[in-house]
Amino acid sequence: MIQLNSVNKTYADGHQVLKNLNLSINEGEITVLIGPSGCGKTTTMKLINRLITPSSGTISIRNNNIAQMDAIKLRRTIGYVIQNIGLFPHMTIAQNVAVVPRLLKWEKAAIEARVDELLNMVGLDPTIYRDRYPSELSGGQQQRVGVIRALAANPMVILMDEPFSALDPISREQLQDELVRLQQEIKTTIVFVTHDMDEAIKIADTIVIMKDGEIVQSGTPEQILRHPANDFVKSFIGAKRMQSMAAEPMVDDVIVENPAIIHPSRGLAYALKLMEKRKVDSLLVVDNNNQLLGRVSIYQILDYLKQETKLVSDVMMPIKHSVSVGTSLSAALNVMNEHQLPNLPVIRNQREFIGLITRGSVISLITDLYAVDATGGESHAVH
Amino acid sequence: MPFTNSISQFYQFLLERYPDILVATREHVTIAIVAVLLSTLVAVPVGIYLAKNRAKWLHSTVFSIANLFQTIPSLALLAILLPIVGIGTKPAIIALFLYALLPILRNTLAGFQSVDQSVIEAARGMGYSAAQRLFKIQLPLAFPYIMSGLRMTTVYIISWTTLAALIGAGGLGQLIVSGIGVNRKELIFAGAIAAILLTLLTDQLLGLIERKMFKRAKSA
Repeated sequence: MIQLNSVNKTYADGHQVLKNLNLSINEGEITVLIGPSGCGKTTTMKLINRLITPSSGTISIRNNNIAQMDAIKLRRTIGYVIQNIGLFPHMTIAQNVAVVPRLLKWEKAAIEARVDELLNMVGLDPTIYRDRYPSELSGGQQQRVGVIRALAANPMVILMDEPFSALDPISREQLQDELVRLQQEIKTTIVFVTHDMDEAIKIADTIVIMKDGEIVQSGTPEQILRHPANDFVKSFIGAKRMQSMAAEPMVDDVIVENPAIIHPSRGLAYALKLMEKRKVDSLLVVDNNNQLLGRVSIYQILDYLKQETKLVSDVMMPIKHSVSVGTSLSAALNVMNEHQLPNLPVIRNQREFIGLITRGSVISLITDLYAVDATGGESHAVH
Repeated sequence: MPFTNSISQFYQFLLERYPDILVATREHVTIAIVAVLLSTLVAVPVGIYLAKNRAKWLHSTVFSIANLFQTIPSLALLAILLPIVGIGTKPAIIALFLYALLPILRNTLAGFQSVDQSVIEAARGMGYSAAQRLFKIQLPLAFPYIMSGLRMTTVYIISWTTLAALIGAGGLGQLIVSGIGVNRKELIFAGAIAAILLTLLTDQLLGLIERKMFKRAKSA
């Protein structure tokens, strides 16, 4: 959605803060720019709302080159949250939240409704807070207002420059949680700058690690934790976090080899026979291209068994729950627990079938782990 | 009782001469207000410009000029102006205008510098134009400072206006100067008391306006 193409930024004193930067930011995701101070992360973010102009290179949002837009109009379509909150002290909370809608000349009633909606969204009762002044709010509340002020006019992008780093740890955690929740509700593209790796891992869909004006690595938090590109990334993540990641098993570790699967063009009698043979009560339906199509259980087979022309593809049920390869085992177990599933298919790229995890396979892995712990490294577990 | 006697004499005097006192007061107020207004019109924009432009040489130049006017003794300044612009109201207004520049300028600049940079950055990032930032954010936030500068300046310009009589500008100082000339205590007292009352009244009035206007403005 946002594209930065070979962007350079050199200041008048000759210091080059960005070196041939190429970055693409996905729509509807939280992209976190992270790195040590002076790495160019904030500069990169401010390029997007043209608070900083690049020395060379182009930046486009939804394929429109922003250099050709009116900077002030552009900024009104981009939410902006800063570390020092920057609420206007002479305006009430409602007036602060309504700033951009007013600049865009919305109708009065629409603005008021929007303000109340947003205040409710972050748990600030409009009847209490609407007419208060920023100085009457706590730091955490002020930054909540800062965040909804950025959301007010339904911007296409929201830029957040270390928004929570000045807050106390408890407020920070709360606001991070709220941001993730809000993001799931509104699905806006968010570019978030931080120097705190815990924060990045917690909220990011994509993490972009920068150093000395260049991108060192970008990827999902999982990818970066599992496959740090170099020593810099490793040191930035921190040895402790890497260890804890290494100790946590993934679904890949517990996949059942050779699960019971069936081709969609098979008949029902064959399916029943296969279930008998494999001693299972359901089969996964996988086609020749290894695409996972659905699931049939013994009940569906028995319901339709008398209709000889029915095929597996006619009676199968869609897959409601599945996990991608690389998901942590605890996340997968949560899904299984929550929906009371005996097993869970593992897929790659939306539908490509990889395998199955079952309660049995999970238990054997856990037995393994505990046996290793108990005997100091040797495994005596029965497989 | 000589004291009650002189009070009743003074009262008698007031009854006879109050039209003159009113005229003098009007002249006095006019000179002071015109001087402060002109000074505001110059000093506030210059202060705003200085707040934007942080060049050191510019600040030091502007402030040394304003300081210079401030440090010239008032009587000396009036004397210098006499041969240039003649006698009357004009040199008085010019002199007081020059005196008022510095405090208004200083307070305007202080007001603008007191505005939190992050507030301005937030405004810029959200799409306020430069003019909108100035009128909707910076000026309202700097206003309490500017206003208190204006109040202070107005008060002492009013008291200095009494000196304007020396160059024939009239005002309440004229009563005092004439009173000294003809050795009439009532005249001296009438001028002095009216000038004091006028100063106190103006201070109260501007203070009231200041509080009324900025009851809502609170700093974060």
